[in-house]
Amino acid sequence: MNKYKIIIGLEVHIEPNTKQKMFCRCQQDHFGKIPNSNTCPICLGLPGALPYINKEAIEKIIKLGLALGSKINNFSRFYRKHYFYPDLPKGYQTSQLDSPFCIGGELLGKKINHIHLEEDAGKLVHETIDGEKVSLIDFNRSGSCLIEIVTEPVFNSVIEVIAFLKELQLIARYLDISNADMEKGSMRLEANISLSLDGKLPNYKVELKNINSFKFLEKAINAEIERQSKALNSGEKLIQETRGYDEIKKTTFSQRTKADSHDYRYFPEADLPPVELDNSEIEKIKLKLVELPEVKRKRFAEKYKLSKEYTEILILDIKRANYFEEAFKLSPNLITSIANLMVNKNLDKDFSEPAGLIRKILELTKVDYANSSDVEESISKVLYENPDVIKSFKDGKGQVIGFLIGQIQKKLNGKGDPRIIQQKLLEKLHE
Amino acid sequence: MNLPLTIKETQEGLKSKKFSAVELVDTYLEKIKKYNDEYKIFLTINEEGAYKKAKEIDNSDFTLPLFGVVGSYKDIFLTKGIRTTAGSKILENFIPPYSATIVKKLENAGVISIGKLNCDAFAHGSSGENSDFGTTLNPWNKEYTAGGSSSGSGAALSSGMSLISIGTDTCGSIRLPANYGYLFSLKPTYGAVSRYGVIAMASSLDTVGPLAHTVSDVETVFNVIKGKDYLDATVTEKSINNKNSKFKIGIPKEFFVGGLSKEIEKNIGEVIKIYKNENVEFIDVSLPSTKYGISVYYIIQPAEVSSNLSRFDGIRYGGLRDSFGEEAKRRIMLGSYVLSAGFYDAYYEKAMKVRTIIKNEVDSIFTKVDALIAPVAPTPAFKLGEKTNDPLSMYLTDIYAATANLSGIPAIAIPSGFSDKKLPLGFQLMAPRFGEDILFKLGKIFELATDYKPKVAF
Ligand SMILES: [Zn+2]
Repeated sequence: MNKYKIIIGLEVHIEPNTKQKMFCRCQQDHFGKIPNSNTCPICLGLPGALPYINKEAIEKIIKLGLALGSKINNFSRFYRKHYFYPDLPKGYQTSQLDSPFCIGGELLGKKINHIHLEEDAGKLVHETIDGEKVSLIDFNRSGSCLIEIVTEPVFNSVIEVIAFLKELQLIARYLDISNADMEKGSMRLEANISLSLDGKLPNYKVELKNINSFKFLEKAINAEIERQSKALNSGEKLIQETRGYDEIKKTTFSQRTKADSHDYRYFPEADLPPVELDNSEIEKIKLKLVELPEVKRKRFAEKYKLSKEYTEILILDIKRANYFEEAFKLSPNLITSIANLMVNKNLDKDFSEPAGLIRKILELTKVDYANSSDVEESISKVLYENPDVIKSFKDGKGQVIGFLIGQIQKKLNGKGDPRIIQQKLLEKLHE
Repeated sequence: MNLPLTIKETQEGLKSKKFSAVELVDTYLEKIKKYNDEYKIFLTINEEGAYKKAKEIDNSDFTLPLFGVVGSYKDIFLTKGIRTTAGSKILENFIPPYSATIVKKLENAGVISIGKLNCDAFAHGSSGENSDFGTTLNPWNKEYTAGGSSSGSGAALSSGMSLISIGTDTCGSIRLPANYGYLFSLKPTYGAVSRYGVIAMASSLDTVGPLAHTVSDVETVFNVIKGKDYLDATVTEKSINNKNSKFKIGIPKEFFVGGLSKEIEKNIGEVIKIYKNENVEFIDVSLPSTKYGISVYYIIQPAEVSSNLSRFDGIRYGGLRDSFGEEAKRRIMLGSYVLSAGFYDAYYEKAMKVRTIIKNEVDSIFTKVDALIAPVAPTPAFKLGEKTNDPLSMYLTDIYAATANLSGIPAIAIPSGFSDKKLPLGFQLMAPRFGEDILFKLGKIFELATDYKPKVAF
């Protein structure tokens, strides 16, 4: 096994499901739109355009901060972070630095450094048009809201990372902040990975970028850990750099080293006044919080005595969890059936109202099976009529059971419960 | 026809059918066509749009506050469908897809937009000599600067090419051209007028304001352009209701020492006498930190410039970055330097701290006085070419302007005579934030006391 201690810190970007972008009135939802159709002077960074803050985004980030136990800053402000890239139309990204909306916090015991709000960039599309290789820019995503969660370097395995991300995703969904879907890009991850012999943070970290699915996340991080431990084993000195993951080669590759790293020349964004929030406003947002997954998990286990697996499946979707509880309220004695039908048969999808599900359950359980004395009587009759078959069974021909059950059902006009027939038949045969 | 020099005259003439709006446009255009090649005041003339609007006005019921007012804009205000260059080659062919808030507000109020005015490229300068499209000449004497950076905004009025104009003032750029053109102008409180659609120079200092021939015209235009548009987040709506009948003006001693020309000092002395006769009280005050104003300004401003100009990357519109002029390049380098890692604290951060000190000093003075008086510039208009090889001495032209921009207070420039060389002289008054009303009242007192009459050079 690896003799190095793995140290990972995360920067998780979540695209909140606001109606509008961060600083303009274009739609936040840019998925699948005709390129550059969801743009305006502001998100195109045209001369003279100014940012105007989206209050909904502030509410969403504060909800998340409150859920994660962060301290909410009464005074936050935006900064300009400068770098050149064709998909960044202003030449700077409006982000935050020393006074983000949320400071600290914790999730699954992992400490969060801070949570801040920023705008997203556009997208470069590389294509060949008329035999010529071209790079096109789509600004539909430009200027959309992003919530960035920055953790402390406190993860020691990929498993911890995945658990954290899954729980964060669940919370984002519970609070209606975002669907946080990695595959759709509404949750993105950068992992800062280092290896250490003594457990202390070494003087380098490798920033692993553009991890865009849970599937690749594990492979990418493991590939980087393997690369680093191999390098350290052979006495190589690791350097601070940014690396990407090659899904085909299954290795990471260097994108940028510290020598050519950016000087972002941060300074306060004068076009946006600082955001001042008094405690009463924060309290108002607090009222909008719902029961968080972890609390629900515990409560479900205690109150409904469900297995861990069942609980997890039911709480994975807050709507289903609520559905379950509604159904339970209607018929507490049917709890096992409700849980079974939801977890194993997804029957809740067929009935939009919990009452519908309950009716179905009653219908199913009301099936008029023949009573047990009728069953026993039919079994005796059939056994009496088929001594040869009994002999075959005793000689080891188990398959005759099916024939016998069929004969018994005939006598019962098909009203026998197959499981009970089989059970009682076997009892008789073994007498 | 004789061009009217006030909004009142214009609107009375239109109402009484002394002239039509179309005839007004004819007359202004005639003048523009006659002199513009030589004086380089307009960069783009909106002939078609102006006539269209004039016809609308002629067919209207004359109820809009600015109906028939022929206006022009520093070429830093975006005008939908009309080329907007910022005085720079980079945007030589830039046709904006939207208009600045103030352009919309003025046009909705009945203004006939006649064209776009020359200025120092990206508003970098005090003399108009940094324009990539030639230097605007001062109509009062073409060997002299018309003032910058809103050089065309001043000259358009003093040459009678437009009744009102709009400029931007980051450190004197509205007040200086007004001062060198025998005009009134207002640099409003930071945040009183929307900057949406104004090509940014330094975002925390830029203000948008009017130039005109009378105080009440400045006031009328200001009342139209001020207020929220929900596009510029720094705009607030406030006003100080000053019910004073007797005003007290402070004379900051720091503004009347050193490089101030004797001629201006003497002129302002006379201004003070005139005010005193009108029962306005003067007291000596001190703003000890204002001497750091220009130093602070030349750190904060280039920092913001370097950031604001980074969008001109030549990818989506405009020319390549090598078509930036010398002054823009100088400011991009200065600004990038003061913001870079390791220097931020020593320069930008420190400058911001001093800015706060200046602001606090100014705020505390206004607990004692209603307004402050100061020169607009150290000298009357200087000769073109005189300072082009000495950027530092050019920067010092703005020495009296910086206080208002750094502290966000409003300032009005008021014409007060002519120099021995027949160049306009003037002074400025500053008031607390959102105290524009005080400035208008004091301006009107001066107009009345001196029986002021608007003048154009030709
Ligand atoms: Zn937009």
